[in-house]
Amino acid sequence: MDENQKPPSAPGEDSPAAKEAASPAPPPSADAPAAEAAPRPVPKPAPKPAAKAPAVMEATPWEGEIPEAAREAFGEGILRAATYREQDFFETDSGTLVPLLTLLRDAFDYDYLVEETAVDFPKEEKRFELVYIVYSFARNHRIRLKTRIAENEAMASAVPVYAAANWMEREIYDMFGVRFHGHPDLRRILMPDEWQGYPLRKDYGIIQQDQRWVRENLGIESGQ
Amino acid sequence: MAEATFLDSNELVINMGPQHPSTHGVLRVILKLDGEKVMGTDCVIGYLHRGVEKIGENRTYTQFAPYVDRMDYIAAVSNGLGYCLAVEKLLNAEAPPRAQVTRVILTELNRIASHLIWLGTHALDVGAITPLFYTLREREEILNIFEEYCGARLTTHAFRIGGLQYDLYDKFSEDVTSFCDRFSPRVDEYEALLTNNRIWVSRLRGVGVLNADDCKQYGVTGPVMRAAGVKWDIRRALPYSGYENYDFDIPVGTNADTYDRYLVRMEEMRQSVRIIRQAVANIPDGPIMGKVPKVLKPPVGEVYVSIEAPKGELGYYIVSDGTTQPYRLRVRPPSFINLQALDKMVRGTLIADCVAVIGTIDIVLGEVDR
Repeated sequence: MDENQKPPSAPGEDSPAAKEAASPAPPPSADAPAAEAAPRPVPKPAPKPAAKAPAVMEATPWEGEIPEAAREAFGEGILRAATYREQDFFETDSGTLVPLLTLLRDAFDYDYLVEETAVDFPKEEKRFELVYIVYSFARNHRIRLKTRIAENEAMASAVPVYAAANWMEREIYDMFGVRFHGHPDLRRILMPDEWQGYPLRKDYGIIQQDQRWVRENLGIESGQ
Repeated sequence: MAEATFLDSNELVINMGPQHPSTHGVLRVILKLDGEKVMGTDCVIGYLHRGVEKIGENRTYTQFAPYVDRMDYIAAVSNGLGYCLAVEKLLNAEAPPRAQVTRVILTELNRIASHLIWLGTHALDVGAITPLFYTLREREEILNIFEEYCGARLTTHAFRIGGLQYDLYDKFSEDVTSFCDRFSPRVDEYEALLTNNRIWVSRLRGVGVLNADDCKQYGVTGPVMRAAGVKWDIRRALPYSGYENYDFDIPVGTNADTYDRYLVRMEEMRQSVRIIRQAVANIPDGPIMGKVPKVLKPPVGEVYVSIEAPKGELGYYIVSDGTTQPYRLRVRPPSFINLQALDKMVRGTLIADCVAVIGTIDIVLGEVDR
């Protein structure tokens, strides 16, 4: 069933070894061709120990008043502030993210939540990466915020900070099964309410479907 | 106190859609009514969900390009532009100047086509039948240019990652210029039909107000936000594809209502013509394809790139793990986010206004549901 699906592999930017490798800022080699980056480990059945450093995102550290203010306010909660392809981003722990959003909105005018979404890394302990993008009209600048949570963890909802997060979080719940506490109306949004499974998870095959739902509601054996 | 009769039961829940001509597709709005007054709404969407993001993870970067045309099929060229720019950013590549100018011309033509469909159907919803025939007539001319250029009219797949597949056809500049010449007076003609029309004004003025703060709070972008007085357009704020080289105004409204959104979009069509004229006059020579490999393997990384689509901010967030397929491909659809503000806009108004407001947000369900 999963023939078409790519084996889920983790871009190892979260493993400690990878982080070590990334932190002494590599020379700004924006033009470095893909081949020059360390070869990507071929996904093998057994999880590969981080002996050979896997390819990582060649991000450079991000300095400035905003990362400074964030570090001052949250200290260890800010795991990383970096820039990739001229786009600034934060990596934080899951408890810091929503307070950081509030800080950015109130102190730095980041008053528009552009996007909230998730990425699934099934092989990692903290499997879901939640991605937030905020924009400031006054500064004409975007910031991306990322955090990781495990499958059984719930994330604090961003709806109290930005009303726009409502449907975006519903979609994340619908597609990944991530729960948000403090969300006013956490229901599925695109898939039918009774649907079983979360389609955008990596272990959900491209032609997989909820057979029972299809039989009961469409009256056919299979939608394929 | 008298016993309650049916006259006192003041709450009524009805379904508008999914099969309803003014919901522009398969949108179902559950309305809670008190007489004719809307007490609240709940949108049920997903009827057109095709799992575009899942498909993206299972196709190569090149293979996925035609799929984006099927989201906002009214403005397929814009979708393609956003996707190509995002992958180019991931690859750190750029389209050559000739390709960039061509992209601008086609995208602006598409913006006009999208606004024409909006104008015709919106007017039809509100009770004016005539404009639809006029707007479809002009849109046809744009689609003919698309057809001549790439063979397709709606799902054009006009651009390629790194540039263009086809060079401009021989009479392209003449066709586009003559379209611009004919089109400008016709915008005035639409305005003559509608702008001071008493029925049109009374159906739209003061309806569906969404002020600037609410727009930001709900993430509503595009003409809806500009009608609330926010002078913000991604073409100007974060220019792409050479938009910084063109002279154009960003029209804004003051009242944040449906009528101002109408005026803003009318002016945007004129501004698009202005951009097209500047671009057609300066199409550089040179290659149409940048230096991108045949097999696209972007380095490990992630980017978010967005463009000003006719309906608002259309963004692509792509995560690459260094293989030929995206690890994650997220589309930030303007229609989906803008529709979220529907409840805010219609609560407390009349049910007939609901029709006008759905029209004024300008949604395409293919993009809402993806």
